[in-house]
Amino acid sequence: MAKIVGGIVTSHVPAIGRAIAGGLQEDAYWKPFFDGFPPVQKWLDEVKPDVAVVIYNDHGLNFFLDKMPTFSVGAAPAYQNADEGWGIPTLPSFPGDLDLSWHLIEALVEKEFDITTCQEMLVDHAFTLPMKLLWPKAGDNWPVRTVPVCINTVQHPLPSAKRCFKLGQAIGEAVRSWDADARVVIIGTGGLSHQLDGERAGFINKEFDLQFMDSLVTDPAWSTQYSIEDLVEKTGTQGIELLMWIAARASLGSVEQVKMLHSNYHIPISNTAAGLMVFENID
Amino acid sequence: MTAAKPRREIPGTPMFDGAAARKGYALNKMCFTFNSADNRAEFVKDEAAYCRKYGLNAEQEAAIARRNVLDLIAAGGNAYYLAKFAGILGLDMQDIGAQQTGMTKEAFKAKLLEAGK
Repeated sequence: MAKIVGGIVTSHVPAIGRAIAGGLQEDAYWKPFFDGFPPVQKWLDEVKPDVAVVIYNDHGLNFFLDKMPTFSVGAAPAYQNADEGWGIPTLPSFPGDLDLSWHLIEALVEKEFDITTCQEMLVDHAFTLPMKLLWPKAGDNWPVRTVPVCINTVQHPLPSAKRCFKLGQAIGEAVRSWDADARVVIIGTGGLSHQLDGERAGFINKEFDLQFMDSLVTDPAWSTQYSIEDLVEKTGTQGIELLMWIAARASLGSVEQVKMLHSNYHIPISNTAAGLMVFENID
Repeated sequence: MTAAKPRREIPGTPMFDGAAARKGYALNKMCFTFNSADNRAEFVKDEAAYCRKYGLNAEQEAAIARRNVLDLIAAGGNAYYLAKFAGILGLDMQDIGAQQTGMTKEAFKAKLLEAGK
């Protein structure tokens, strides 16, 4: 059976793409953010996952409002990046893992998650930039196959934190029941607190972010007590992307099953409080 | 026509819900096309014609002409699609934040830094 080696949760911001393209990793503004990643890259070199399940939210590259699935799972042989409108250089395409995609689809529907399946799927910065941050030297050949899982944060109603937690649990169970000799890492991307729109633009909530990050270590279901409105109030209109972290962390299992290896938190990257955590499965 | 139950109001915090999605469909659809460089060029060449092509209403077209983000949101615009319009204008998220909060860009950036302390 497949093994979950651990999980990584990180922020994603388009400006990171510009910083990577411009080689600004040592720049004073960017250094506290990029310095969070070498320990994660080292851990990945050690645990050598074969596949990454990437839980992220699309920002209007693959999905438009004509069809807006709440949960969608990629089932494509490869996933292309494309122009999102800002001229950030696109990254090489990502190989898929059709066996895991279809196993995940079967398992999730069996568990009553009525997901959308995508045999063609463009992946935006929320998928591509974390991959580049985790494997900066990958070039044209990513060292892992990938399965994208997308959660709608574009149009309310959004799935609740509780529902995303359960989705994560179901993903974890599905991966562990996959009849393959494969090592799988779960990646969740988004957040932490930030708000791009409205008179409250620029809102950041350090206190809540740190409490949330701590909860992923001590009590991963803590945030599921909150409604979507509560979470938007506490983290901002786009801070709600912490749903990806909740799902990714839930997929790894209980407090006893994981060990937190590394974390980083820095304000600001663009308008965003940037967080990063790595969990290793010890089960 | 019965609208969905209104969401809890969070001051200064637009929730892009069904009501906004209905109102802003044409505007958001136009902004979605800005993923393509050819479409961005076509918009820049004749903004009014491009807005007409996507069926924007007068409020939406005026908000585009004024480059006013709060007006664009009031007209049903979604932050993620509007960001593609901001890209055409060469504005970054601190420009957008400053405009919506009535601050200078420097003051807005200082506010972000302050949040980290």
